[in-house]
Amino acid sequence: MRYVEEFRDPQAAKSLLSRIAATADAIGATRAKPVHIMEICGGHTHAIFRYGLDRLIHEGVEFIHGPGCPVCVLPRSRVDECVLLAERSEVIFTTFGDAMRVPGTRKSLIQAKAEGADVRMVYSPLDALELARRNPDREVVFFGLGFETTTPSTALTIRQAAREGLGNFTVFCNHITVPPPIRVLLEDPHMMLDGFVGPGHVSMVIGTHPYDFIARDYGKPIVVAGFEPLDLLQSVLMVLEQIRDGRAEVENQYARVVPEHGNPVSLAAIADVYEPRPSFEWRGLGEIDASGLRIRDAYRAFDAEVKFAIGYGAGPRAVAEPEGCACGQVMTGRIKPVACPQFGLGCTPEMPLGALMVSSEGACAAYYQYGGARAASQVQEPAE
Amino acid sequence: MCLGIPGQIVGIVDEDRQMAMAEVSGVRREVSVVCVADGPLETLIGTWVLIHVGFAMSRIDEDEAARTLEALRELGEAQEALEAMAAGAAALEGRA
Repeated sequence: MRYVEEFRDPQAAKSLLSRIAATADAIGATRAKPVHIMEICGGHTHAIFRYGLDRLIHEGVEFIHGPGCPVCVLPRSRVDECVLLAERSEVIFTTFGDAMRVPGTRKSLIQAKAEGADVRMVYSPLDALELARRNPDREVVFFGLGFETTTPSTALTIRQAAREGLGNFTVFCNHITVPPPIRVLLEDPHMMLDGFVGPGHVSMVIGTHPYDFIARDYGKPIVVAGFEPLDLLQSVLMVLEQIRDGRAEVENQYARVVPEHGNPVSLAAIADVYEPRPSFEWRGLGEIDASGLRIRDAYRAFDAEVKFAIGYGAGPRAVAEPEGCACGQVMTGRIKPVACPQFGLGCTPEMPLGALMVSSEGACAAYYQYGGARAASQVQEPAE
Repeated sequence: MCLGIPGQIVGIVDEDRQMAMAEVSGVRREVSVVCVADGPLETLIGTWVLIHVGFAMSRIDEDEAARTLEALRELGEAQEALEAMAAGAAALEGRA
Protein backbone atom coordinates (compact mmCIF):
# COMPACT_ATOMS: atom_id res chain seq x y z
CA MET A 1 0.00 0.00 0.00
CA ARG A 2 1.69 3.22 -1.14
CA TYR A 3 -1.13 5.58 -1.96
CA VAL A 4 -3.13 7.51 0.51
CA GLU A 5 -6.32 6.78 -1.50
CA GLU A 6 -6.13 3.19 -0.25
CA PHE A 7 -6.49 4.25 3.39
CA ARG A 8 -9.72 3.69 5.26
CA ASP A 9 -10.27 7.44 5.38
CA PRO A 10 -8.13 9.10 2.67
CA GLN A 11 -9.35 12.61 3.48
CA ALA A 12 -8.34 12.34 7.11
CA ALA A 13 -4.96 10.94 6.09
CA LYS A 14 -4.36 13.76 3.60
CA SER A 15 -5.30 16.34 6.18
CA LEU A 16 -2.91 14.83 8.75
CA LEU A 17 -0.10 14.62 6.19
CA SER A 18 -0.48 18.28 5.29
CA ARG A 19 -0.57 19.33 8.95
CA ILE A 20 2.56 17.21 9.55
CA ALA A 21 4.24 18.94 6.60
CA ALA A 22 3.32 22.40 7.89
CA THR A 23 4.56 21.59 11.38
CA ALA A 24 7.80 20.05 10.06
CA ASP A 25 8.34 23.21 8.00
CA ALA A 26 7.68 25.37 11.05
CA ILE A 27 10.37 23.42 12.93
CA GLY A 28 12.74 23.80 10.00
CA ALA A 29 13.02 20.07 9.36
CA THR A 30 14.48 19.18 5.97
CA ARG A 31 15.75 16.09 4.21
CA ALA A 32 19.31 17.14 5.04
CA LYS A 33 18.45 18.00 8.64
CA PRO A 34 15.51 15.80 9.55
CA VAL A 35 13.59 15.37 12.79
CA HIS A 36 14.31 11.85 14.09
CA ILE A 37 11.33 10.07 15.58
CA MET A 38 11.73 6.59 17.00
CA GLU A 39 8.79 4.23 16.88
CA ILE A 40 9.62 1.92 19.77
CA CYS A 41 7.26 -0.93 18.91
CA GLY A 42 7.97 -3.47 16.18
CA GLY A 43 4.26 -3.56 15.34
CA HIS A 44 4.50 0.14 14.49
CA THR A 45 7.61 -0.50 12.37
CA HIS A 46 5.67 -3.09 10.43
CA ALA A 47 2.67 -0.77 10.00
CA ILE A 48 4.85 2.17 8.87
CA PHE A 49 6.30 0.06 6.06
CA ARG A 50 3.07 -1.74 5.22
CA TYR A 51 1.26 1.56 4.67
CA GLY A 52 4.29 3.32 3.18
CA LEU A 53 4.08 6.08 5.81
CA ASP A 54 7.83 6.70 5.52
CA ARG A 55 7.28 7.61 1.86
CA LEU A 56 4.08 9.59 2.29
CA ILE A 57 5.31 11.75 5.11
CA HIS A 58 7.22 15.09 4.83
CA GLU A 59 10.83 14.41 3.88
CA GLY A 60 12.06 16.22 6.98
CA VAL A 61 10.63 13.47 9.22
CA GLU A 62 12.73 10.35 9.58
CA PHE A 63 11.63 7.21 11.40
CA ILE A 64 14.22 5.41 13.52
CA HIS A 65 13.15 1.86 14.27
CA GLY A 66 13.30 0.99 17.93
CA PRO A 67 14.13 -2.15 19.90
CA GLY A 68 10.48 -3.16 20.46
CA CYS A 69 10.54 -6.54 18.79
CA PRO A 70 11.22 -9.28 21.36
CA VAL A 71 12.33 -11.81 18.77
CA CYS A 72 14.80 -9.29 17.33
CA VAL A 73 16.54 -8.49 20.61
CA LEU A 74 16.74 -12.11 21.77
CA PRO A 75 20.47 -12.89 22.13
CA ARG A 76 21.97 -15.99 20.57
CA SER A 77 22.93 -17.33 23.99
CA ARG A 78 19.25 -17.58 24.96
CA VAL A 79 18.37 -19.36 21.71
CA ASP A 80 21.19 -21.81 22.46
CA GLU A 81 19.68 -22.45 25.88
CA CYS A 82 16.25 -23.04 24.30
CA VAL A 83 17.83 -25.62 22.00
CA LEU A 84 19.58 -27.32 24.92
CA LEU A 85 16.28 -27.57 26.78
CA ALA A 86 14.42 -28.78 23.69
CA GLU A 87 17.01 -31.50 23.08
CA ARG A 88 16.42 -33.12 26.47
CA SER A 89 14.49 -36.34 25.91
CA GLU A 90 12.00 -35.73 28.72
CA VAL A 91 11.12 -32.22 27.52
CA ILE A 92 8.25 -30.99 25.39
CA PHE A 93 9.46 -27.50 24.46
CA THR A 94 6.62 -25.12 23.69
CA THR A 95 7.02 -21.73 22.05
CA PHE A 96 5.31 -18.95 20.15
CA GLY A 97 5.85 -19.54 16.43
CA ASP A 98 7.78 -16.27 16.04
CA ALA A 99 10.77 -17.68 17.90
CA MET A 100 11.18 -20.83 15.81
CA ARG A 101 13.52 -19.41 13.18
CA VAL A 102 15.73 -17.18 15.33
CA PRO A 103 19.30 -18.35 14.72
CA GLY A 104 21.36 -19.59 17.66
CA THR A 105 25.05 -20.41 17.65
CA ARG A 106 24.46 -24.03 16.70
CA LYS A 107 20.94 -24.05 15.36
CA SER A 108 17.47 -22.59 15.58
CA LEU A 109 14.50 -24.26 17.27
CA ILE A 110 13.09 -25.22 13.89
CA GLN A 111 16.34 -27.02 13.08
CA ALA A 112 16.28 -28.73 16.47
CA LYS A 113 12.73 -29.88 15.77
CA ALA A 114 13.73 -31.20 12.34
CA GLU A 115 16.46 -33.21 14.07
CA GLY A 116 13.97 -34.85 16.40
CA ALA A 117 13.53 -32.54 19.38
CA ASP A 118 9.93 -32.32 20.62
CA VAL A 119 9.30 -28.64 19.89
CA ARG A 120 5.70 -27.51 19.60
CA MET A 121 4.35 -24.17 18.50
CA VAL A 122 1.54 -22.95 20.72
CA TYR A 123 -0.70 -19.90 20.62
CA SER A 124 -0.86 -19.34 24.35
CA PRO A 125 1.01 -20.40 27.50
CA LEU A 126 -2.38 -21.90 28.46
CA ASP A 127 -1.83 -24.43 25.64
CA ALA A 128 1.49 -25.38 27.23
CA LEU A 129 -0.23 -25.77 30.60
CA GLU A 130 -2.82 -28.07 29.04
CA LEU A 131 0.00 -30.12 27.47
CA ALA A 132 1.52 -30.52 30.93
CA ARG A 133 -1.82 -31.76 32.30
CA ARG A 134 -2.15 -34.27 29.46
CA ASN A 135 1.47 -35.49 29.61
CA PRO A 136 2.25 -36.07 33.30
CA ASP A 137 5.28 -38.21 32.41
CA ARG A 138 6.92 -35.43 30.37
CA GLU A 139 8.44 -32.07 31.35
CA VAL A 140 6.67 -29.24 29.55
CA VAL A 141 8.77 -26.08 29.21
CA PHE A 142 7.21 -22.89 27.90
CA PHE A 143 9.46 -20.32 26.27
CA GLY A 144 8.27 -17.11 27.94
CA LEU A 145 9.14 -14.39 25.46
CA GLY A 146 7.97 -10.86 25.00
CA PHE A 147 7.44 -7.44 26.50
CA GLU A 148 4.72 -6.39 28.91
CA THR A 149 2.01 -7.53 26.47
CA THR A 150 2.80 -11.22 27.00
CA THR A 151 4.30 -11.07 30.51
CA PRO A 152 0.90 -11.10 32.28
CA SER A 153 -0.09 -14.22 30.35
CA THR A 154 2.85 -16.27 31.61
CA ALA A 155 2.53 -14.85 35.13
CA LEU A 156 -1.14 -15.85 35.27
CA THR A 157 -0.34 -19.26 33.77
CA ILE A 158 2.35 -19.91 36.40
CA ARG A 159 -0.14 -18.96 39.12
CA GLN A 160 -2.67 -21.40 37.65
CA ALA A 161 -0.02 -24.16 37.56
CA ALA A 162 0.77 -23.42 41.21
CA ARG A 163 -2.92 -23.62 42.16
CA GLU A 164 -3.15 -27.01 40.44
CA GLY A 165 0.14 -28.20 41.94
CA LEU A 166 1.47 -29.23 38.52
CA GLY A 167 4.97 -30.63 38.92
CA ASN A 168 5.92 -30.92 35.25
CA PHE A 169 5.41 -27.36 33.98
CA THR A 170 8.10 -24.69 33.87
CA VAL A 171 8.68 -21.38 32.08
CA PHE A 172 12.02 -20.41 30.54
CA CYS A 173 11.62 -16.73 31.28
CA ASN A 174 12.91 -14.22 28.75
CA HIS A 175 10.47 -11.43 29.46
CA ILE A 176 11.88 -7.97 29.00
CA THR A 177 10.59 -4.49 29.70
CA VAL A 178 10.33 -1.50 27.38
CA PRO A 179 11.59 1.48 29.43
CA PRO A 180 15.22 0.39 30.27
CA PRO A 181 16.51 0.16 26.67
CA ILE A 182 14.93 3.54 25.92
CA ARG A 183 17.01 5.04 28.71
CA VAL A 184 20.12 3.37 27.26
CA LEU A 185 19.36 4.85 23.84
CA LEU A 186 18.83 8.29 25.35
CA GLU A 187 22.15 8.06 27.20
CA ASP A 188 24.00 7.17 23.98
CA PRO A 189 25.96 10.26 22.86
CA HIS A 190 25.64 9.20 19.19
CA MET A 191 21.87 9.02 19.35
CA MET A 192 20.04 11.90 17.70
CA LEU A 193 16.44 11.24 18.69
CA ASP A 194 13.98 14.12 18.86
CA GLY A 195 10.90 12.25 20.03
CA PHE A 196 9.14 8.92 20.38
CA VAL A 197 6.02 7.13 19.24
CA GLY A 198 5.23 4.90 22.22
CA PRO A 199 3.92 1.32 22.04
CA GLY A 200 0.15 0.81 22.13
CA HIS A 201 -0.51 -2.65 23.48
CA VAL A 202 2.42 -2.63 25.91
CA SER A 203 0.99 0.58 27.32
CA MET A 204 -2.43 -1.03 27.63
CA VAL A 205 -0.77 -3.16 30.34
CA ILE A 206 1.63 -0.68 31.96
CA GLY A 207 -0.15 2.63 31.36
CA THR A 208 1.63 5.83 30.38
CA HIS A 209 3.53 6.76 33.55
CA PRO A 210 6.52 4.43 32.99
CA TYR A 211 7.48 6.85 30.17
CA ASP A 212 7.48 9.94 32.38
CA PHE A 213 11.29 9.89 32.63
CA ILE A 214 11.61 10.40 28.85
CA ALA A 215 9.92 13.79 29.07
CA ARG A 216 11.05 14.75 32.58
CA ASP A 217 14.71 13.64 32.56
CA TYR A 218 15.58 13.84 28.87
CA GLY A 219 13.24 16.55 27.62
CA LYS A 220 11.87 14.43 24.75
CA PRO A 221 8.23 14.13 23.69
CA ILE A 222 6.53 10.74 23.55
CA VAL A 223 3.07 9.93 22.23
CA VAL A 224 1.54 6.50 22.87
CA ALA A 225 -0.05 5.38 19.59
CA GLY A 226 -2.48 2.90 18.10
CA PHE A 227 -1.30 1.05 15.03
CA GLU A 228 -3.81 2.01 12.37
CA PRO A 229 -2.19 4.36 9.84
CA LEU A 230 -4.29 7.30 11.02
CA ASP A 231 -3.23 6.63 14.61
CA LEU A 232 0.41 6.73 13.59
CA LEU A 233 0.06 9.91 11.53
CA GLN A 234 -1.85 11.60 14.33
CA SER A 235 0.84 10.59 16.82
CA VAL A 236 3.67 11.85 14.63
CA LEU A 237 1.83 15.15 14.35
CA MET A 238 1.47 15.32 18.14
CA VAL A 239 5.22 14.71 18.57
CA LEU A 240 6.04 17.41 16.02
CA GLU A 241 3.66 19.89 17.68
CA GLN A 242 5.40 19.30 21.01
CA ILE A 243 8.78 19.96 19.37
CA ARG A 244 7.44 23.09 17.67
CA ASP A 245 6.02 24.40 20.96
CA GLY A 246 9.10 23.49 22.97
CA ARG A 247 7.11 21.02 25.10
CA ALA A 248 8.21 17.57 26.33
CA GLU A 249 5.24 15.56 27.57
CA VAL A 250 3.82 12.06 27.67
CA GLU A 251 0.67 12.13 25.56
CA ASN A 252 -1.78 9.33 24.87
CA GLN A 253 -3.21 9.18 21.34
CA TYR A 254 -4.57 5.66 21.99
CA ALA A 255 -6.68 6.47 25.05
CA ARG A 256 -9.56 4.39 23.67
CA VAL A 257 -7.49 1.30 24.56
CA VAL A 258 -4.70 2.54 26.86
CA PRO A 259 -5.73 3.54 30.41
CA GLU A 260 -3.42 6.00 32.15
CA HIS A 261 -2.60 3.48 34.89
CA GLY A 262 -2.64 0.31 32.76
CA ASN A 263 -4.40 -2.94 33.58
CA PRO A 264 -4.38 -3.50 37.36
CA VAL A 265 -4.92 -7.29 37.28
CA SER A 266 -2.02 -7.74 34.85
CA LEU A 267 0.30 -5.49 36.80
CA ALA A 268 -0.49 -7.28 40.06
CA ALA A 269 0.17 -10.69 38.47
CA ILE A 270 3.50 -9.51 37.02
CA ALA A 271 4.58 -8.09 40.40
CA ASP A 272 3.54 -11.28 42.20
CA VAL A 273 5.38 -13.75 39.93
CA TYR A 274 8.35 -11.79 38.56
CA GLU A 275 11.14 -9.56 39.79
CA PRO A 276 13.77 -7.63 37.80
CA ARG A 277 17.03 -9.41 37.03
CA PRO A 278 20.16 -7.42 37.87
CA SER A 279 20.73 -7.24 34.12
CA PHE A 280 19.69 -8.96 30.91
CA GLU A 281 21.39 -9.28 27.53
CA TRP A 282 19.79 -7.68 24.46
CA ARG A 283 20.98 -8.55 20.99
CA GLY A 284 22.68 -5.49 19.57
CA LEU A 285 22.46 -3.52 22.81
CA GLY A 286 24.37 -5.74 25.24
CA GLU A 287 23.59 -6.17 28.94
CA ILE A 288 21.06 -3.64 30.26
CA ASP A 289 20.46 -3.15 33.98
CA ALA A 290 17.08 -4.28 35.32
CA SER A 291 15.71 -4.80 31.81
CA GLY A 292 14.66 -8.43 32.14
CA LEU A 293 12.44 -10.34 34.53
CA ARG A 294 13.00 -13.56 36.44
CA ILE A 295 10.65 -15.78 38.38
CA ARG A 296 10.50 -15.03 42.11
CA ASP A 297 11.61 -17.62 44.67
CA ALA A 298 8.01 -18.28 45.70
CA TYR A 299 7.44 -19.76 42.21
CA ARG A 300 10.90 -21.30 41.67
CA ALA A 301 9.34 -24.73 41.11
CA PHE A 302 8.07 -23.31 37.80
CA ASP A 303 11.39 -21.78 36.72
CA ALA A 304 13.10 -23.79 33.96
CA GLU A 305 16.41 -22.07 34.72
CA VAL A 306 16.31 -23.46 38.26
CA LYS A 307 14.94 -26.89 37.40
CA PHE A 308 17.39 -27.57 34.56
CA ALA A 309 20.35 -25.51 35.89
CA ILE A 310 20.61 -23.39 32.78
CA GLY A 311 20.82 -19.72 31.96
CA TYR A 312 22.09 -16.85 34.08
CA GLY A 313 24.49 -18.00 36.75
CA ALA A 314 25.04 -21.37 35.05
CA GLY A 315 28.05 -20.45 32.90
CA PRO A 316 29.79 -17.79 30.81
CA ARG A 317 27.34 -15.62 28.94
CA ALA A 318 29.04 -13.73 26.13
CA VAL A 319 28.30 -15.03 22.65
CA ALA A 320 29.52 -12.90 19.74
CA GLU A 321 27.20 -11.83 16.95
CA PRO A 322 27.64 -13.64 13.63
CA GLU A 323 30.40 -12.39 11.32
CA GLY A 324 29.35 -9.35 9.29
CA CYS A 325 25.98 -8.96 11.05
CA ALA A 326 25.19 -5.31 11.77
CA CYS A 327 22.00 -5.84 13.81
CA GLY A 328 23.47 -3.87 16.70
CA GLN A 329 24.14 -0.77 14.62
CA VAL A 330 20.75 -0.99 12.94
CA MET A 331 19.05 -1.41 16.29
CA THR A 332 20.64 1.76 17.68
CA GLY A 333 19.72 3.72 14.54
CA ARG A 334 23.32 4.24 13.44
CA ILE A 335 22.82 2.65 10.05
CA LYS A 336 19.88 1.71 7.86
CA PRO A 337 19.24 -2.01 7.28
CA VAL A 338 20.33 -1.74 3.64
CA ALA A 339 23.76 -0.50 4.76
CA CYS A 340 24.47 -3.85 6.41
CA PRO A 341 26.87 -5.81 4.17
CA GLN A 342 24.79 -8.96 4.64
CA PHE A 343 21.39 -7.36 3.85
CA GLY A 344 19.61 -9.40 1.17
CA LEU A 345 22.77 -11.41 0.50
CA GLY A 346 23.85 -13.54 3.44
CA CYS A 347 20.73 -12.52 5.36
CA THR A 348 17.18 -12.86 4.03
CA PRO A 349 13.85 -13.66 5.70
CA GLU A 350 14.17 -17.24 4.39
CA MET A 351 17.72 -17.66 5.74
CA PRO A 352 18.16 -15.02 8.45
CA LEU A 353 21.63 -14.36 9.81
CA GLY A 354 20.55 -11.69 12.27
CA ALA A 355 17.40 -11.48 14.31
CA LEU A 356 16.12 -8.26 12.70
CA MET A 357 15.47 -10.27 9.53
CA VAL A 358 13.41 -12.94 11.30
CA SER A 359 10.22 -11.29 12.47
CA SER A 360 7.86 -9.20 10.36
CA GLU A 361 8.31 -6.64 13.14
CA GLY A 362 12.07 -6.47 12.61
CA ALA A 363 13.40 -3.43 10.76
CA CYS A 364 15.43 -5.50 8.29
CA ALA A 365 12.55 -7.82 7.40
CA ALA A 366 10.28 -4.79 6.94
CA TYR A 367 12.84 -3.13 4.66
CA TYR A 368 13.29 -6.36 2.75
CA GLN A 369 9.58 -6.88 2.26
CA TYR A 370 8.45 -3.33 1.58
CA GLY A 371 11.63 -1.27 1.16
CA GLY A 372 12.09 -1.35 -2.60
CA ALA A 373 13.84 1.42 -4.43
CA ARG A 374 13.66 4.11 -1.80
CA ALA A 375 15.33 1.85 0.75
CA ALA A 376 18.21 1.22 -1.62
CA SER A 377 18.57 4.95 -2.29
CA GLN A 378 18.80 5.61 1.43
CA VAL A 379 22.05 3.73 1.93
CA GLN A 380 24.21 5.86 4.10
CA GLU A 381 27.48 5.63 5.91
CA PRO A 382 27.56 4.89 9.63
CA ALA A 383 27.25 8.05 11.67
CA GLU A 384 30.45 7.39 13.62
CA MET B 1 2.51 -12.07 19.44
CA CYS B 2 2.77 -8.40 20.39
CA LEU B 3 -0.45 -7.22 18.82
CA GLY B 4 -3.76 -8.23 20.33
CA ILE B 5 -6.59 -9.49 18.16
CA PRO B 6 -10.24 -8.53 18.74
CA GLY B 7 -12.69 -11.24 19.71
CA GLN B 8 -16.22 -11.39 21.07
CA ILE B 9 -17.04 -13.32 24.24
CA VAL B 10 -19.73 -15.84 23.32
CA GLY B 11 -19.87 -18.15 26.34
CA ILE B 12 -18.50 -19.07 29.74
CA VAL B 13 -16.30 -22.17 30.01
CA ASP B 14 -15.19 -22.23 33.64
CA GLU B 15 -16.25 -19.57 36.15
CA ASP B 16 -13.71 -20.78 38.70
CA ARG B 17 -10.71 -20.52 36.37
CA GLN B 18 -12.17 -17.38 34.71
CA MET B 19 -12.18 -19.01 31.29
CA ALA B 20 -14.58 -17.96 28.53
CA MET B 21 -15.20 -18.86 24.91
CA ALA B 22 -14.31 -16.15 22.43
CA GLU B 23 -15.01 -15.93 18.74
CA VAL B 24 -12.17 -14.48 16.70
CA SER B 25 -12.86 -14.04 13.00
CA GLY B 26 -15.22 -17.00 13.09
CA VAL B 27 -12.80 -19.21 15.05
CA ARG B 28 -13.71 -20.24 18.59
CA ARG B 29 -11.03 -20.32 21.22
CA GLU B 30 -10.95 -20.56 25.02
CA VAL B 31 -9.52 -17.42 26.58
CA SER B 32 -8.83 -16.24 30.10
CA VAL B 33 -10.91 -13.24 31.09
CA VAL B 34 -9.29 -12.67 34.48
CA CYS B 35 -7.83 -9.31 33.36
CA VAL B 36 -11.14 -7.85 32.20
CA ALA B 37 -13.66 -9.44 34.57
CA ASP B 38 -15.34 -7.40 37.27
CA GLY B 39 -18.31 -9.33 38.55
CA PRO B 40 -20.14 -12.41 37.26
CA LEU B 41 -18.72 -13.66 33.94
CA GLU B 42 -22.15 -13.77 32.24
CA THR B 43 -22.01 -10.00 32.04
CA LEU B 44 -19.09 -10.37 29.61
CA ILE B 45 -21.11 -12.26 27.00
CA GLY B 46 -21.39 -10.17 23.86
CA THR B 47 -18.48 -7.95 24.90
CA TRP B 48 -15.61 -7.30 22.49
CA VAL B 49 -12.11 -7.69 23.89
CA LEU B 50 -8.52 -7.46 22.68
CA ILE B 51 -6.95 -10.88 23.09
CA HIS B 52 -3.23 -11.40 23.61
CA VAL B 53 -1.92 -14.99 23.48
CA GLY B 54 -5.10 -16.40 24.97
CA PHE B 55 -5.83 -13.65 27.49
CA ALA B 56 -8.46 -10.93 27.07
CA MET B 57 -6.56 -7.79 28.06
CA SER B 58 -8.91 -4.92 27.34
CA ARG B 59 -12.57 -4.31 26.62
CA ILE B 60 -13.15 -2.43 23.37
CA ASP B 61 -16.27 -1.30 21.54
CA GLU B 62 -17.51 -2.99 18.39
CA ASP B 63 -16.34 -0.21 16.09
CA GLU B 64 -12.84 -0.32 17.55
CA ALA B 65 -12.88 -4.12 17.15
CA ALA B 66 -13.81 -3.85 13.46
CA ARG B 67 -11.18 -1.22 12.71
CA THR B 68 -8.48 -3.11 14.61
CA LEU B 69 -9.31 -6.34 12.81
CA GLU B 70 -9.12 -4.56 9.46
CA ALA B 71 -5.71 -3.13 10.31
CA LEU B 72 -4.49 -6.54 11.51
CA ARG B 73 -5.68 -8.16 8.28
CA GLU B 74 -3.78 -5.61 6.24
CA LEU B 75 -0.66 -6.28 8.28
CA GLY B 76 -1.08 -10.04 7.91
CA GLU B 77 -1.23 -10.26 11.70
CA ALA B 78 -4.82 -11.52 11.84
CA GLN B 79 -3.96 -14.52 9.67
CA GLU B 80 -0.84 -15.11 11.77
CA ALA B 81 -2.87 -15.13 14.99
CA LEU B 82 -5.46 -17.52 13.55
CA GLU B 83 -2.70 -19.84 12.29
CA ALA B 84 -1.10 -19.72 15.72
CA MET B 85 -4.42 -20.70 17.32
CA ALA B 86 -4.68 -23.65 14.93
CA ALA B 87 -1.07 -24.59 15.71
CA GLY B 88 -1.87 -24.44 19.43
CA ALA B 89 -4.81 -26.79 18.96
CA ALA B 90 -2.65 -29.16 16.90
CA ALA B 91 0.12 -29.11 19.51
CA LEU B 92 -2.32 -30.34 22.14
CA GLU B 93 -3.12 -33.31 19.95
CA GLY B 94 0.58 -34.00 19.40
CA ARG B 95 0.26 -33.24 15.71
CA ALA B 96 2.65 -30.29 15.58
